[in-house]
Amino acid sequence: MASVTFSGVTKRFDDVVAVNALDLEVADGELLVLLGPSGCGKTTALRMVAGLEEVTDGDLAIGDLRVNDLAPKDRDVAMVFQSYALYPHMTVQRNIEFPLKRQGVAAAERSSRVLEAATTLGLDELLERKPGQLSGGQRQRVALARAIVRAPRVFLMDEPLSNLDATLRVQTRSDIVAIQRRLGTTTIYVTHDQVEAMTMGHRIAVMRNGALEQVASPTDLYDRPATAFVASFLGSPGMNLLAATGFTGHDGTPGLRAAGAELPWPDGFSRQPSGDVTLGFRPEAASLGSEGLDARIILVERLGAETHLICSLADGERVVVRQRDRQSSHQISDHVRIRIDTDQIHLFDAESGLRLGEGT
Amino acid sequence: MPPTDLKTPATTRKSHRRSRLILRYVLLTLGAVIVLFPVYVAIVNSLLEPSQIAHQPPPLFPLHPQWNSYSRAWSQGSLGIYLRNSAIQTALIVTGQVATSVLAGFAFAFLAFPFKRTLFITFLATLMIPFEVTVTTNLSTITSLGWFNSYAGLAVPFLATGFGTFLMRQAFLQIPRDLREAAELDGYGRLAFLWRVAIPLARPAIAALAVFSFLSSWNQYLWPLLATGNDNSVRTVQIGLKQLLNTQLDQINVSLAGTVIAVVPLIVLLVIFQKQLVRGLTAGAVK
Repeated sequence: MASVTFSGVTKRFDDVVAVNALDLEVADGELLVLLGPSGCGKTTALRMVAGLEEVTDGDLAIGDLRVNDLAPKDRDVAMVFQSYALYPHMTVQRNIEFPLKRQGVAAAERSSRVLEAATTLGLDELLERKPGQLSGGQRQRVALARAIVRAPRVFLMDEPLSNLDATLRVQTRSDIVAIQRRLGTTTIYVTHDQVEAMTMGHRIAVMRNGALEQVASPTDLYDRPATAFVASFLGSPGMNLLAATGFTGHDGTPGLRAAGAELPWPDGFSRQPSGDVTLGFRPEAASLGSEGLDARIILVERLGAETHLICSLADGERVVVRQRDRQSSHQISDHVRIRIDTDQIHLFDAESGLRLGEGT
Repeated sequence: MPPTDLKTPATTRKSHRRSRLILRYVLLTLGAVIVLFPVYVAIVNSLLEPSQIAHQPPPLFPLHPQWNSYSRAWSQGSLGIYLRNSAIQTALIVTGQVATSVLAGFAFAFLAFPFKRTLFITFLATLMIPFEVTVTTNLSTITSLGWFNSYAGLAVPFLATGFGTFLMRQAFLQIPRDLREAAELDGYGRLAFLWRVAIPLARPAIAALAVFSFLSSWNQYLWPLLATGNDNSVRTVQIGLKQLLNTQLDQINVSLAGTVIAVVPLIVLLVIFQKQLVRGLTAGAVK
């Protein structure tokens, strides 16, 4: 087992910068999720750790060893591919033992290790089948077994659940977490699914346009997003973001004006000289009341346990309100007023998108 | 009310499908008869007396088959030696073509190297050059190498083919990149990947290539005629047949018996590899 350290790692494909000066340390035994929209550079970062892409600039280390110029096979990492990448002409047994054969592991030990990995993943009945005779979920588990049988220093997982149906995805997600926690193998897990990221990672590194936006624990990321992008990307639905302006009232108390309504300046955020800020609040921090932002409901999504009201403000901006009340009687086109819980407000710089500093 | 006799749409569809199927079989049978008739006539004629063959119309069934035409063809035409020579030449060519095509196809499919595209187009361009254009150059080359009238002279000019390289490249391109990368992470280098993953997965294409290569080298006539001397130490069966025809002008049944003997290895091969051959031809047509 080992840590993985990116120090100013950059990857360029001709003129395109896929990963830009990435600084990130994955601790020994940690499950770190690389999260971001497609094209953000997360898979490229993972492939650089595997050695499948060359590092253009910077240093990449596994443990204390700089691996920039090390061949994939010498890095002692195992990867689970989105497509599973099973060898179609080999049985499950042979697929799992394929890496061990190369390592020169003796036949007896090989079969006991294969059996152990297969049993862990509930594949012991399927050892003689070929990948073509397996379901998607079973194939995925064979791919996992092939990775764990080697006992590598690092697991790399590239969106391993994206080809599974929703139910199976939830099941396999918890299986992967359980195995990772038990083995304690350092794992880098790439996904664009923020629910996967929130439920699986010790920490999440959010990437955008090849750069790291924020790395933190799932709750920190949710409660204290460092940028407006992280705020909107995490959560389902994401954080509501509105353009707002700071002002000073007649009595000298600071306030915030957004979508025609006035709010007191929230505690814990420094004032902005320019005045323009981005106001953020989660759907659960909003409720319908007798005062607040003027809005019209344009869509009602009833999810069973909760209801999402998608509302349009006077200036056309959209705001989502989450209601725990499953009997919500609101209908499309209803005029409502949205009250924001001022304790749960986030403020970001309107230009840079960075969270405003703490303090007064 | 009396039961109506109207056909439901389902039964109409079924009968349509049935008549289409019948039509298809009729056409296929017709095609098979047209293709096989000359072969049948050759076999029948090889079993007739020469005088019967000249008879108009010639009989379509040998009432008194003359089996001795086969033993005469074998002994008088030295078919045993010619068949052996053909077998050696064909084995050399098939082995060589499969080996070079697999390696070159793998390089074009999986490796990155300078001028890859240009080189590949050059390979393809060789498909447009008829063999006859290069025959003189090839002949003078093998002669100056001292390979005239030798197996090397018969086989070496055919050891690499643009067609085989193209076929193998296409087959290897069907293998997902992820498999190559997974093997790389599992510790397998290029050749190990080729041997353990790529070749097993490309087996239908390799079998098809082997069969095509077998057919074309077994049926060669011009090159073995030019590249071998008058002794029959390395001459191949097609030339042997021609000589048989020349020496047995009045015994056409013996020549035909020789032809039938020369075709037997091909038939056996086709029966064995039929499935692979069809799969290889259509491989990659539909993804």
